[in-house]
Amino acid sequence: MAADKVDPIHQFHINKLIPIEIGGYDLSFTNSALFMVATVAVASAFLYLSTSSRSLVPSRLQSVSEMAYEFVGNMLRDAAGTQGMKFFPLVFSLFMFVLVANLLGLFPYFFTVTSHIIVTFGLAALVIGTVVVYGFMKHGLGFLKLFVPHGVPVYLLPLVVLIEVISFVSRPVSLSVRLFANMLAGHITLKVFSGFVVSLSALGTLGIAGSVLPLAMAVALTALELLVAFLQAYVFAVLTCMYLNDALHPGH
Amino acid sequence: MFVTSAFAQESAPAVEGGHTGTEGDTHSGTGVPAEAHGVFPPFDPATFPSQLLWLAITFGLFYLFLKKVVMPRVGGIIDVRNDRITQDLDHAARLKGEADAAVAAYEQELAEAKTKANAIGQQANDAAKAEAEAARKKVEAALDQKLGEAEARISAIKANAMKEVGTIAEDTASAIVEALVGGKASKAEIAAAVKSVAR
Repeated sequence: MAADKVDPIHQFHINKLIPIEIGGYDLSFTNSALFMVATVAVASAFLYLSTSSRSLVPSRLQSVSEMAYEFVGNMLRDAAGTQGMKFFPLVFSLFMFVLVANLLGLFPYFFTVTSHIIVTFGLAALVIGTVVVYGFMKHGLGFLKLFVPHGVPVYLLPLVVLIEVISFVSRPVSLSVRLFANMLAGHITLKVFSGFVVSLSALGTLGIAGSVLPLAMAVALTALELLVAFLQAYVFAVLTCMYLNDALHPGH
Repeated sequence: MFVTSAFAQESAPAVEGGHTGTEGDTHSGTGVPAEAHGVFPPFDPATFPSQLLWLAITFGLFYLFLKKVVMPRVGGIIDVRNDRITQDLDHAARLKGEADAAVAAYEQELAEAKTKANAIGQQANDAAKAEAEAARKKVEAALDQKLGEAEARISAIKANAMKEVGTIAEDTASAIVEALVGGKASKAEIAAAVKSVAR
């Protein structure tokens, strides 16, 4: 039983809360779905309520919302220019969703939505799907110029095009794996060190004294995870902006 | 991160049909997650359809909510603020221009007033000088006149006195002659005698 208690993988288990099965697919409302709903509810409520007074001189909460809005807006404008602003709602909701999901996951006993590869892959696929669909809609076959950089000698072109294609195809993978792996590893590490505290405390006085070290580590890691939670949301949003820039300006 | 025991269910094998060697019971209810369940949860494909569906639902709603409600609102707040700041800056610039103009006008007026004051002072000075000069001349003239009058009077008195001196001398001489000689000398003789002596 003790081994189960400190099992660092336990926290990633998916549990059905409301079983739903349609057409042979398990579409149950799970703890993951619950925390997706919670993420959306928390983020929406915060953004909605903090700006409800529409003050000219913002309150603290309102300025947090405004800062997030302008932060993402400037990020997108820097990466993709003013034309990219049509994707502002997408990038802003991606940023807020990932950020709030990461932050909620830091609470003990809470499920971390972004620690599941399928969720991060779904978001990454949305980004790359948007890039591909918009790129072909706007530039037609000219979008394929993305894979043909300027000023490359003809005899190198096949190799360069191959590399560009591989790099493009690996984008959704790297985008999703980066976020997923960061959240997964962080939470496992946190759980392992917290588990040490419990295990050591069970060993008596000496163990309790010794458990101070992993406890300090767990506290430090929590701070680090807070940083990572923000940083990964930022990285996800920045890369989204850069990929969207490719859809807008495929010719580099 | 812990999951309460009530929720500890195995969802993975429900659809996929136990390809991972699970107990087959979806409700273990023991609070112990199945260690025998070999798939690392984030890589368990059985959970993918559900997670993708709920991600699509929740993220889709979130996207719509942000796009339709939150972003126009926040963007509006920021635009209104920027407009207001621009407006206030314009207003401040206009007020500053007005203040500068007022200062310039004030300085010009001040300069004009100074010139005017100088002119008035000069004028007053000149007028006072002229008046003083005129007064002085008048006084001088009056004095001159008085002096002349006085001189004339003095000379008249002098002449009168001289004349009277002659008469007194004649009277005295006639009295002396009368006393010494005892007879009366004629007036004409005495006058002639006096005149000759007085010469």
